[in-house]
Amino acid sequence: MVQTLDPKLTLLDKAAVLEALPEHPGIKALLAWNGDALVDAKLDRGEVTLTIAPNCIREACRVVRDAGYKAFQDMTAVDWLPSTPRFQLSYHICSHQYREVLRLRVMVDESEASVESITPVWAGANYYEREVFDLFGIRFEGHPNLRRIMMPDEWVGHPLRKDYPVEGYR
Amino acid sequence: MPDVGTPILDVPVAEGSRDQHMVLNMGPQHPSTHGVLRLVLEIDGEIVVRLYPEIGYLHTGIEKTCEAKFYQQVVPLTDRVDYLGPMANNLVYSLAVEKLLQLEIPPKAQWMRVLLAEMTRINSHLIWLGTHAMDIGALTVFLYTFREREEILRMFEMISGQRMMTSYIRIGGLALDPPLDFLPRVQAFLKTFPEKIDEYSNLLTGNPIFMNRLKGVGYLSGDDALALAVTGPVMRASGIDFDVRRDMPYSSYEKFQFNVPVSNVGDCWARYECRLQEMRESVKIVQQALDGMPEGPIKADAPKIILPDREQMKTQMEALIHHFKIVTEGFAVPAGEVYQSIESGHGQVGYYVVSDGTAKPWRVHMRYPSFADLQALETMCQGRLLADVVAAIGSIDIVLGEIDR
Repeated sequence: MVQTLDPKLTLLDKAAVLEALPEHPGIKALLAWNGDALVDAKLDRGEVTLTIAPNCIREACRVVRDAGYKAFQDMTAVDWLPSTPRFQLSYHICSHQYREVLRLRVMVDESEASVESITPVWAGANYYEREVFDLFGIRFEGHPNLRRIMMPDEWVGHPLRKDYPVEGYR
Repeated sequence: MPDVGTPILDVPVAEGSRDQHMVLNMGPQHPSTHGVLRLVLEIDGEIVVRLYPEIGYLHTGIEKTCEAKFYQQVVPLTDRVDYLGPMANNLVYSLAVEKLLQLEIPPKAQWMRVLLAEMTRINSHLIWLGTHAMDIGALTVFLYTFREREEILRMFEMISGQRMMTSYIRIGGLALDPPLDFLPRVQAFLKTFPEKIDEYSNLLTGNPIFMNRLKGVGYLSGDDALALAVTGPVMRASGIDFDVRRDMPYSSYEKFQFNVPVSNVGDCWARYECRLQEMRESVKIVQQALDGMPEGPIKADAPKIILPDREQMKTQMEALIHHFKIVTEGFAVPAGEVYQSIESGHGQVGYYVVSDGTAKPWRVHMRYPSFADLQALETMCQGRLLADVVAAIGSIDIVLGEIDR
């Protein structure tokens, strides 16, 4: 079954999305596994965003992988300084079967900037998590090799944070 | 599941094998690492035990720079990421911002975009073929492929004024109408190009040295390809039949007929055959785009977002105001986040653009295929000969600009 999501439709709260997409394979699998892990949901510009509780992301990835979202695409962070929680982690997972890219989202605060690594689910998340660690300073528990990837090892600071200047000295 | 990134810099040699294994540094100045890739290899005689890519030598912080620019100023930055496929980068960024703005793009611009994206794919594959063959030791092919690439670059120069950093595809359409003799020139190129592919194939496909260097080398299974986020021709050569152009069409690709070459073998040879076949398919798509090129405008109708024509700007007050406003203040993009994937020459490119409702993007993240493919290099090379590493690097068509960004 191929999903057709209306690009003009915008649904911003969880209840409306669950009602509008009762057959969405990703949402269905997550609800069947643990309804509490799904904190929020959003449908915007034809893309589904599911907010997952921070301590459930590894299992949630395993659940959506087994539900047909097999191809891990991308993983990155967004710094929402000065709001709290400060960091948003976005996981983009492609389903060849449903021809859709699903976005899983985790919100983490600066004080406990640490999430479970999803490398046990997709080994390919390795470099992406290292990049987020390097450029945002978010730690990934259980990552096999959490080291800086772009910046030199002795670098101080995390360049993609919003309080890091674009040019000049800090 | 392979252990992808075990650090072998801190612990130079595997435990208990101190007397047999040797650590070899390859790059960043090594000619077959296509730029500034550095590999740290642990070898047992000539057999690769572990391989650790060390990247970041070309890190320029483009994602950070994007956050300080207006939306339209990011387009030239995207050229410099994957510098061998500029039009594809312009396209994916423009598509992402257009998705945020919910702009309708006129058909002529969409067809021109498809035409240019496919020309870019041919360009990118020609460089891959030339340099890959050169890495293996077949120097002649390089001269042949660069002959055709030169013609493509001249056409890019004709249409955009630049050979490589084109910035021709802009938010809302194209920069300019193509010159009148552009399309006939593309047609003339298409007439001769399939013969040229046969020529490369004659030089390489039956060549016993080339076959021995590629067949059975750099094997990657379909499951590993999915687990390691590998996309594009490398994934399709491992038997996974997925192409964004066909399965999640963008820019009216659904109106074009083409085949997606897939192979189940999964070695360097399969990747070679897939890419050669892809060039033939690209020729078909460009031909269809030429035959059915619609008439009409090349920019969407959105005067507050798209710069007016020079002529209008100099004669009409309103156009001048819009021009001034866009150049000095940019244009506000509604808040939201989008992820746009396209199929570039190397694989799936994805742009994640987050807007906070202002004229500058809050975050632009670029997903480029070489970054993910590099993780698969260890799986491809483990237990193989050191010389095969060079063949494997060539076969995943690595561009360091898109790895380090």
